[in-house]
Amino acid sequence: MKKSDTLKGWALASPLLLVLLAFLLLPIAMIVVVSFWQATEFAIVPAFSFENYQFLFSSPVTYKVFWATLRYALITWALTLLIGFTVAYYLAFHIRSNAAQTALFLVCTIPFLTSNIIRMISWIPFLGRNGIANQTLIGMGVIEQPLEWLLYSDFSVILAFVHLYTLFMIVPIFNTMMRIDRALIEAARDNGASGWQILTNVIIPLSKPGIMIGTIFVLTLVMGDFITVRFMSGSQSANVGRLISNDIALLQYPSASATSVVLLVTVLLIIGALMRFVNIRKEL
Amino acid sequence: MEPRPRSFYALTAFFILFVVFLYGPTITIGILSFQGPQGGLTFPMNGVSTYWFHNLFQQQAVGDIWGAFRRSFALGLMVMIATVVISVMAGLAFRKRFTGSGALFYLTIASLVIPSILVSLGVGLIFNQIGAKVHWATSGFGAQLTWTLPFGLLIMFAVFNRFDKRFEEAARDQGATPWQTIRHVVLPIIAPSVVGVALFGFSLSYDEFARTLLTAGSHNTLPLEIFGMTTNVTKPVIFALGTLTTVFSFAIILAFLATLWVLGKRRARRAG
Repeated sequence: MKKSDTLKGWALASPLLLVLLAFLLLPIAMIVVVSFWQATEFAIVPAFSFENYQFLFSSPVTYKVFWATLRYALITWALTLLIGFTVAYYLAFHIRSNAAQTALFLVCTIPFLTSNIIRMISWIPFLGRNGIANQTLIGMGVIEQPLEWLLYSDFSVILAFVHLYTLFMIVPIFNTMMRIDRALIEAARDNGASGWQILTNVIIPLSKPGIMIGTIFVLTLVMGDFITVRFMSGSQSANVGRLISNDIALLQYPSASATSVVLLVTVLLIIGALMRFVNIRKEL
Repeated sequence: MEPRPRSFYALTAFFILFVVFLYGPTITIGILSFQGPQGGLTFPMNGVSTYWFHNLFQQQAVGDIWGAFRRSFALGLMVMIATVVISVMAGLAFRKRFTGSGALFYLTIASLVIPSILVSLGVGLIFNQIGAKVHWATSGFGAQLTWTLPFGLLIMFAVFNRFDKRFEEAARDQGATPWQTIRHVVLPIIAPSVVGVALFGFSLSYDEFARTLLTAGSHNTLPLEIFGMTTNVTKPVIFALGTLTTVFSFAIILAFLATLWVLGKRRARRAG
């Protein structure tokens, strides 16, 4: 490595570094510091106290809420993986023309660039007590009373997560699948492998990096969420993000910070474990 | 062409269902925003009117939607420009390994996986402690960059991983300076991806909620304004707002796609 290369590299990367220092590293450091502070009714007071953590770890609510968060993340992960993989597989291996592939890929990705909040709101007419789902089911004679658990329930929370985040599975998995050498699949077929065998023995193992990247995205998005759970559960369910945002609303910044630190450590541990299985830089 | 296997038809059906799932709700509120004045939040339609759109344009109780839109638009442009410039520079930097480049890369990835609300909280706390006022154009701008820059950089990585270095070498052999090489060879080649980064920068900023929550100050951006309305969804007026902002997002996406298409055409003409 030449010294001038390093100098040039840092010169070009310095704006990125400055932004991340000022708006990511420093703020996180600040959260860690404030998590040891204390709060009065009106202000936060510098201190070095483990009170916030003691309270956090002694409260049964904490464990319940962390478990609920993890559960949301795992269920959403399983569903988005199943749907995302299937869609990516279809696009990568069953669509033959490049133009159609690009067009359908865009169809899948465009919603990512529209408002998440609006996409959540748009489930109301569908899931509500007198919504389309209930009207249809009653009309078909499947049920007599409208189902109450469609909206403002864990069901609608998970539905919204899947709706918002499946895309984060499709894109990386599709990207990895497009790099699979088609000759490998030919070879498998020539050797008498069935379509299913090709899928399980060739395509799935080779798609693992994409699956890992998608997993990282979905897990972190769901674990850090607070708005989807709040809105789609009608404020009836809790997750860690809501715990934090509730404390913020009450101006209990030290307590919010302590919860944030625990959440951050949890997320980083999970991501760190997953990163061992994939080299992100190579997969782009 | 070989015949389609049976699985193709099952997968096509699955894909169509997925697309309906993806777009169905949005289209539904698009239709419902044309409810009559007495209409409710779901079907049946109680007449057809543009009442709720007019309602949106009138002076109203819900807040300053147009001001919020203007702020979101301005912030989107600021974030877009910053994201493009910083990502392209960093993308160029990362083409050669340099001391510390690995750490910077992982810091960028961390920016992507750290929960948004933490960024919001941390930036808010810092501004509080140094006695600065949070404002969408300062703290909000910076907080949003921590979300758009990783995407910008990842796109640049994808581009430069596929970049044929022989073009540059050829330019150098012909006596081009490093700056000339970048300006006349590298930038034109990566232009379509830069347009993509710009689209991401604008759209992600325009729709960003969590990172702006505690960093926008007393003047709301549009997503914050919409969120304020969601605590009390009783009238289709919010559907009208949702329809308008979604139509706006689609228009932006189409404008960018059109730009890409024109770029492609021009390039094909030159090559031909």
